[in-house]
Amino acid sequence: MTLRERAFSLWQATESRLDRAFGAGANPLRRLGAIAFLLFWAAAASGIYLYIFLDTSAAGAWRSVEAVSREQWPIGSVIRGLHRYASDALVVVMFAHLLREYLAGHARGFRWFSWISGVPLIVLLYASGIGGYWLVWDQLALFSATATAEWLDWIGMTSEPFARNFLSSEQVIDRLFTLFIFLHIGLPLALLAGMWVHVQRVSRPDSFPSRNLAAGTAIALVVLAAAWPVQSLPQANPAQVPATLALDWFYLFPHPVMYATSPGALWAMVTGAAVLLLVLPWLGRKSRLPVAVVSAGDCNGCGRCFADCPYSAIVLVPHTSKHLAPRMAEVQPALCAGCGICAGACPSSTPFRSSDAFASGIDMPGRKIAALRGELERALAALRAGPRVVVFGCDRAADVAAVRAADTAALSLICAGMLPPSFVEYALRNGADGVLVTGCADGACDYRFGQRWLEERFAGTREPHLRANVPRERLRVVWAGNGSLPELANCVASFRASLTERRPGDESIMRPKRALQASHAQP
Amino acid sequence: MTRTSPARYLLQAAFYLPLMVLIGYFSSAPVFVHLPAGEALLRLSIAHAAERMQACRERSQEELAKLPPNMRAAQDCPRERSPLLIELEIDGRLQLRTEALPAGTQRDGLATLYHRLPIAAGTHRIVVRMRDRPQGEFNYVREETLNLAGGDSVLIDFNASRGGLEFRR
Ligand code: HEM
Ligand code: SF4
Ligand code: SF4
Repeated sequence: MTLRERAFSLWQATESRLDRAFGAGANPLRRLGAIAFLLFWAAAASGIYLYIFLDTSAAGAWRSVEAVSREQWPIGSVIRGLHRYASDALVVVMFAHLLREYLAGHARGFRWFSWISGVPLIVLLYASGIGGYWLVWDQLALFSATATAEWLDWIGMTSEPFARNFLSSEQVIDRLFTLFIFLHIGLPLALLAGMWVHVQRVSRPDSFPSRNLAAGTAIALVVLAAAWPVQSLPQANPAQVPATLALDWFYLFPHPVMYATSPGALWAMVTGAAVLLLVLPWLGRKSRLPVAVVSAGDCNGCGRCFADCPYSAIVLVPHTSKHLAPRMAEVQPALCAGCGICAGACPSSTPFRSSDAFASGIDMPGRKIAALRGELERALAALRAGPRVVVFGCDRAADVAAVRAADTAALSLICAGMLPPSFVEYALRNGADGVLVTGCADGACDYRFGQRWLEERFAGTREPHLRANVPRERLRVVWAGNGSLPELANCVASFRASLTERRPGDESIMRPKRALQASHAQP
Repeated sequence: MTRTSPARYLLQAAFYLPLMVLIGYFSSAPVFVHLPAGEALLRLSIAHAAERMQACRERSQEELAKLPPNMRAAQDCPRERSPLLIELEIDGRLQLRTEALPAGTQRDGLATLYHRLPIAAGTHRIVVRMRDRPQGEFNYVREETLNLAGGDSVLIDFNASRGGLEFRR
């Protein structure tokens, strides 16, 4: 395991621990992107309120902001606090989200678009936040505006140093202040647009937290805003330089860094960090998996793969053979993660088909459904002592080959979500006493929806269903995650202990096989 | 769905609380010491188009004849401007001597200088000198005795229309 992978198991262990307090669906560590969206909306809403009362001149701004805090106490004060703390929390949550995605290995491979489109969001968030501090026009605002101007002047974008504007009161003109307001509205709008682009690459983006999580976050922010009111520093005065400044380190830390080093050094750090983040997707090896391939003759255009693809890589197009169906699936290779979840969704992926060399409607090159059936049949034939267990695992989680034994067959899929439910039935009908499915840690599917779709298919709430006549006590799902092999072995052992061995060929637990051919198409 | 038990709410609060404290604290603390106590800040900010490197020259008749008709200007003025040479002296000690280059690929734009210098509070004799031509003596000099309190901000600017270098507080 690399250091990154080890750090990620630690992160996942923390996530699992938090599940106990929040439940997987409302676990903040699992839903950082969604919380970031929520915090953005909280800052936007409170910002609109503050803007209504803002005097948009340099001379009047300070007083008008203080008035919201003091004269509209407690409502104004809490809303001001909400604006500040939601913005601060957004920084924390965004970097936590970045760290999680990095540790999960999501900087590389087919996710490059999500990663690259995330980087400008950092810049836009900082530009929005720092500019927000200027609207108060207190000592901190003057300090921050001057420091920013000194920084920008280092590369000499304007013919005259921008910092000159802030050097004396006569030059701090209202027109400049209008620009600040324009920036503090325009930049967050650009951030929102960037956030929208950022989630285009995934289907059903998790961009709003569950009610519980949203409520918890909102309560925490309001309590914080009420308990720790935000205050301005004294009004800006260009003739004075404050000796000490109480500043917001989440947004304004670059200023002290610049004064401790130099504007040039800060530029080097910022561009260095940006370049590093931007080249990360291409550092190190992570070859892309082969993309899904549609077999037109086996596709009836049902659209299940289209509905289940976590990366919106499938489109439905007019069928090449109109007599088969009006539509068929088409994969957009540039978007495909190669996860195989579509193969698990396709009704043509059933092993109860007669032909030896059948194709699924949508198949993964090198991991065809027909080959999977062959592999399963051979593994079943090789099983000796009982009760016989078939373990289906996933390449992204613990390597299930390690539990292979005389009584245990182990097959690894690209993602657990690639498993067509009919394979469970097929295994039980062909000699297995039980089927165990495992994969990434609970709620942490590396391909986003593999676990969810699999569980829903097993529960019969999502197509294709696992047929109702399959005895559920002979099926177990264990989200064992990565690197927990002893735990997985224990799970297999305890599952086996719950199973009774059947005589080979005994199908009394289910209806006869012949009647079931292609049955899942009409559940 | 199972109802959330009170114990769960407590656990959730236990998760949120440290984050709230972290965010509340670093949102305005620790204070940043921008200027040590008892110091004032001197800022030199100059933006000025200096004289040309080479004086303009009258073109001779032959030279003019060689030029295309639309380019026959009587004078040949090389665009490049001189750098600014600037000195700052405080209480008899030279604190800064620097050249500011004109902007632009042709070096024909404004030469700018921005320099911040913290200085102990008290009375100081401050001299600024500037030369905006390629050779010769400093052609702008300004000398002043300032009585500075801690936290004072002084700007040294150049304004040609007001006679050159000036101190502003
Ligand atoms: C304001 C800042 C940000 C917001 C609001 C945000 C929000 C989101 C959301 C909602 C998702 C979808 C999550 C899902 O449905 O599974 C997502 C995914 C992602 N984000 Fe961000 N993000 C932000 C910043 C960043 C940054 C700075 C990076 C890294 C440079 C980043 C990297 C990623 C990656 C790699 C994914 C893809 C995850 C996957 O494919 O499974 N994000 N983000
Ligand atoms: S392999 Fe995965 S990403 Fe590619 S089309 Fe199928 S479901 Fe979508
Ligand atoms: S799930 Fe299979 S049959 Fe349905 S549209 Fe996709 S490839 Fe075609």
